[in-house]
Amino acid sequence: MAQALDPAIGGSSLSGDESNGEDRASERAFRLPLLGLVGVIAAVIVAALISATQGAAGLPVGGVLTTLLDAVPGINLEPGLDARQQAILTQIRLPRLVLGLLVGGALGSAGAAYQGIFRNPLADPYLLGVSAGAGLGAVLAIGFGLDLSWGPFGAVPAAAFVGALLAVSGSALISRGPGSSPATLLLAGVAMAALFSAAQTYALQRLSETRAREVLSWLFGQLQTNGWDQVLLLIPYVVICGAILVAYGRHLDVLRVGDAEARALGIDPTRSRIVVVVAASLLTAAAVSVSGLIAFVGLVIPHVIRLLISHSYRVIVPLSALGGAAFLAFVDVGSRTLLAPAELPVGVITAFVGAPFFAFVLWRGRQAPS
Amino acid sequence: MSADIGADRATDRTGADTAGPPHPGVPANGVALSCRDVRVTYGRFEALGGVDLHLAGGEWLGLIGPNGAGKTTLIGAISGLIDHHGEVALADGRQPGARDIALVPQNPLLPPGMTVAEYVLLGRTAHLGWLARETREDRRIAATAVRRLGLQPFGERIVTTLSGGEAQRMVVARALAQQAPVLLLDEPTSSLDLGHQVTVLELVDELRREDGLSVISAMHDLSTAARFCDRLALIAGGELIAQGTPEQVLQADRLSRVYETPLTVRHIDGELCVLPVARRRNA
Repeated sequence: MAQALDPAIGGSSLSGDESNGEDRASERAFRLPLLGLVGVIAAVIVAALISATQGAAGLPVGGVLTTLLDAVPGINLEPGLDARQQAILTQIRLPRLVLGLLVGGALGSAGAAYQGIFRNPLADPYLLGVSAGAGLGAVLAIGFGLDLSWGPFGAVPAAAFVGALLAVSGSALISRGPGSSPATLLLAGVAMAALFSAAQTYALQRLSETRAREVLSWLFGQLQTNGWDQVLLLIPYVVICGAILVAYGRHLDVLRVGDAEARALGIDPTRSRIVVVVAASLLTAAAVSVSGLIAFVGLVIPHVIRLLISHSYRVIVPLSALGGAAFLAFVDVGSRTLLAPAELPVGVITAFVGAPFFAFVLWRGRQAPS
Repeated sequence: MSADIGADRATDRTGADTAGPPHPGVPANGVALSCRDVRVTYGRFEALGGVDLHLAGGEWLGLIGPNGAGKTTLIGAISGLIDHHGEVALADGRQPGARDIALVPQNPLLPPGMTVAEYVLLGRTAHLGWLARETREDRRIAATAVRRLGLQPFGERIVTTLSGGEAQRMVVARALAQQAPVLLLDEPTSSLDLGHQVTVLELVDELRREDGLSVISAMHDLSTAARFCDRLALIAGGELIAQGTPEQVLQADRLSRVYETPLTVRHIDGELCVLPVARRRNA
């Protein structure tokens, strides 16, 4: 994906009506990278189409498209799928696809937000211990039958959220203070993750064997769906918190010049930080409570966006949401097809992709400090 | 110690040649900003002890004084970055915010990977609405600031690749994009060579005249301060020692006492110059 910005804004291109020409030329440097946006949206569409058509029962692309278009009010097409295929599409493939898109979007944008707020390119919900915290909360809620729910606002996401906030606050507090480097935060995250994982294991041991196996398989990071239930649970969190994070992308940019200057530019750094951390943790918690622990999406995607498109969080946050959605949809295809008919947990695949990427980022950081 | 020179007489250099269009809301030569009994304490240490100052519309006030005198603390208090007692108020009695005061910090942090255009656009933050999306108008204002500081060729450069002078101009452009009637500069030229110092200060002077900005700047070099500022305020040990025109404030015996070194004040080609007395040669 190329930059949509035109690099040639020097004096040579300034001819004709000079002041207007200059204005137009320097305005070009202020444009948002539309090409990047188009590229990421295209990736989402391609991933969605592959995911909808590939699997144990292959569905024809044309048939899937006509069926989907037929569902749009006002459009009437002859659906190209038979009844059984339609059932597979609407009750199995689509819910799972949409869930993958939402979870990927949640983790991608949460990762971007954590990276911005901690001014740390290595921050990620998983590496900060947030996922482990959310996991513990969810394990306790599921394992001990706290299955109260009121629409999307059930005990499981609430417990996951409490765990997530505890973990991120713990990591932030431990790593605070002079001499703290990006690595300090991650080490604090490792400590928090270890603590919460130990508590999780303890909680699992107290459960009956079948219950424990059920919880454990969920913990691996799976996009298991039961019709549209999980999707409906996740949608309000993704929409509300996602909108908050996208709106706060500007604040994340301002915070990069330091707290004092940020205040001089008109934002309250403490308030911005709290809003972003709460929204990102809520997103992570909601994602974890439907799909378990999926690592590295929040690390890899914002990095790729930063590398290819822009360093501005106004761009990184929304594009990481879209990129994360596309990425997890692709991963899910692999999860369903690589070991078919058995299923490989998506968390395993993201870790296989993410861990080497993480190593690459560390190595690259050592090559070019700053 | 109190201000020993009436500040109200000190507007002789703001005469006809600086009568640019005043910023809306600031009457020409009316008060743009006033500080009353501004104090800053850190625990039991008093960094600033009751400073009274005012800034006229379109005026350039220079804060001078030795290292650790409290110049940066005063700038921090005025811009609201440092908690303080006493009152900092605009002409209409309001406390100033980011739309009223733009700050050019002494050592701005340059975020890696950020472009010059994005950096200047940060100046629009206080003007953005709920969803923090900048409008076409915001981009136009930022682009104009970039153009006025001659930074068009650098629009897409990464901020960390700029030279000291270019970076300083960029920070001034960000402050300009803030469209605040008062500009605070904390030692704007401390990291620049002589040529770039003059360029940046002349630029500030030009912006002041054209936009009717009022400027407060902490300055290290006394001769440069005398050349550019309408009035000077001498601060030492957190106290305001003197304020008035450069002629009134820059007196050899007072400066020698405050800077704890023998200094002499000369007129060279009609400009005030403060020079150190070379002790060894005179002895």
